Amino acid sequence: MTVQLTSSAADTSGSSDLRDVLMRGTRPPRANAFTVTMTFGWRALLKIKHGPMQLFDVTVFPLMLTLMFTYLLGGAIAGSTTVYLQDLLPGILVMAILMITQYTGAALNSDRTKGVFDRFKTLAIWRPGSVIGAMLGDLVRYSIAGILVVLLGVALGFRPAGGVIGVALGLMVVLLFSFAISWMWTAAAFVMPTPHSTMAAGAIIIFPLTFLSNIFADPKTMPGWLQAFIDVNPVTYVVSATRNLMFDRPLGNDLLWVLVSSAVIVAIFGPLTMWLYKNKQ
Amino acid sequence: MIFPLRSEPAVEATGLVKKFHAVKAVDGVDLVVPRGGIYSVLGPNGAGKTTVIRILATLATPDGGQARVLGRDVVSEAAKVRERIGLTGQFATVDEELTGTENLIMLARLQGFSRAASVRRASDLLGAVSLDAAADRLVKKYSGGMRRRLDIAASIIVTPDLLFLDEPTTGLDPRSRAQVWETVRGLVEVGTTILLTTQYLDEADQLADRIAVMEHGKVIAEGTPGQLKSSVGVGTLRIRLREAAQRPEAIRVLAEDLQITAQEEADAVGLTARVPGSDADLAVSAVSRLAGRGISVTDFALGQPSLDEVFLALTGHTTDRNDQEEAA
Repeated sequence: MTVQLTSSAADTSGSSDLRDVLMRGTRPPRANAFTVTMTFGWRALLKIKHGPMQLFDVTVFPLMLTLMFTYLLGGAIAGSTTVYLQDLLPGILVMAILMITQYTGAALNSDRTKGVFDRFKTLAIWRPGSVIGAMLGDLVRYSIAGILVVLLGVALGFRPAGGVIGVALGLMVVLLFSFAISWMWTAAAFVMPTPHSTMAAGAIIIFPLTFLSNIFADPKTMPGWLQAFIDVNPVTYVVSATRNLMFDRPLGNDLLWVLVSSAVIVAIFGPLTMWLYKNKQ
Repeated sequence: MIFPLRSEPAVEATGLVKKFHAVKAVDGVDLVVPRGGIYSVLGPNGAGKTTVIRILATLATPDGGQARVLGRDVVSEAAKVRERIGLTGQFATVDEELTGTENLIMLARLQGFSRAASVRRASDLLGAVSLDAAADRLVKKYSGGMRRRLDIAASIIVTPDLLFLDEPTTGLDPRSRAQVWETVRGLVEVGTTILLTTQYLDEADQLADRIAVMEHGKVIAEGTPGQLKSSVGVGTLRIRLREAAQRPEAIRVLAEDLQITAQEEADAVGLTARVPGSDADLAVSAVSRLAGRGISVTDFALGQPSLDEVFLALTGHTTDRNDQEEAA
């Protein structure tokens, strides 16, 4: 095998090389937070490059959701799939992307349970960079998933009045909230024993948050207690803001609530993640 | 700012304790590792070696006692310690989903090298550990030995003052093992202090200037390899006879003429005897006595004490294999 040949062929390239290399290993000035974050982002992109199959999960699943719910519920709820699609598509986009954010937690857990995280921990670096960088890499995956869902929607008859700009702004709101909620999964990644259990823990939260919202039907048709939950569910506001941006309608307070809830989630789970990073062994 | 003196030890630990639930993985470890050279912590799996390394490398906080690495406290000055150490963990601490080059570039960037300098550094290091040909292959396709060497390269992107190597050769074939040893010796020459853990006495013996023997979370002996071996005071003489039928007579001859108590091995022509120190004369006279009595010997070997024998001598019992697997 070539592997064996490599190690034996290079066997004699003596230790004088090594000595030279070691003599030049002087520590440069410490990398700043931006460089550290971007380096981890680069790592996440390299992983996509070497394992394009991981894009499969995050793209096929959202496309499946869009097709299923459009044709399953469209006739019943709106009388026509095309009419229903106008309302559903922004909602499905939110649901699909929020669901795939769980991969962020799983990937971090896998880093932690394998040895590579130990190396990062022994480096004198700005630690949040390793988490944020990974999330930035994931944002690329979410964007790809989001764009594919919108394109599928357009093929099925989705006609957003806000045009490309409205859709792009809507997508950005979804990405912003995804970034915030990912901190919940990164905290879970430090507590749960395996990548699989990290995903499972996320699913317990993400399923009610997305299904018990205004994605599929008008909350006015639902019982009061459910309306009360939907009213305080931040996903409802993400969906409303996304719909309004995509259809160029007045935003109201929706966007403000998205910003506030995102800030609150990051303010709680960001420091919690970093505390667990430091203290969980 | 106070700069630690050069003469300060690389590691100075007193009374380290680390508990996992009710079990004390590390139970009052004192350790002084001088600057320069190679210091080895020797012991079976589950002895607490890895936990000690993790505490010293700031990956775990001790439940008791304290440790200073290069003059800095591992808990209160962890960030300062991290700037001057390197770690190669027991399980490869490189990213399997990246290539060798990408791993090193990433780690160089994280430590402050510019983009161009990172690329250069990665290529230099890959050359120095003989991985140039595999530079652009994904690490998951590397052999165990290649991974280990990449791992070491990753620990020396910035030449550390102190490098922790946690069982760097466990599971490697002899050639890969020799390459790792060569790299380790090269590091010592540039002034890096090495703290390495191992399960193999011969590895500690080959490399280390001093050895601490650990068992059940405690250091049970400490000294130079020579001191340690003479304290153990036994070697193993192995003899193979031509005729299995002559074995009982051979045992009798060794016992009567040389006061050597030989034991039968599973192999019908094999004999094993524990002999004082590494006394080559005794081995030679054993063989010639046997020949003088018409017992022909096909092969004999005088081995240094095995890890089991070191343990037997130090603790009065051999290492318990089942115990080790579980605690690993």
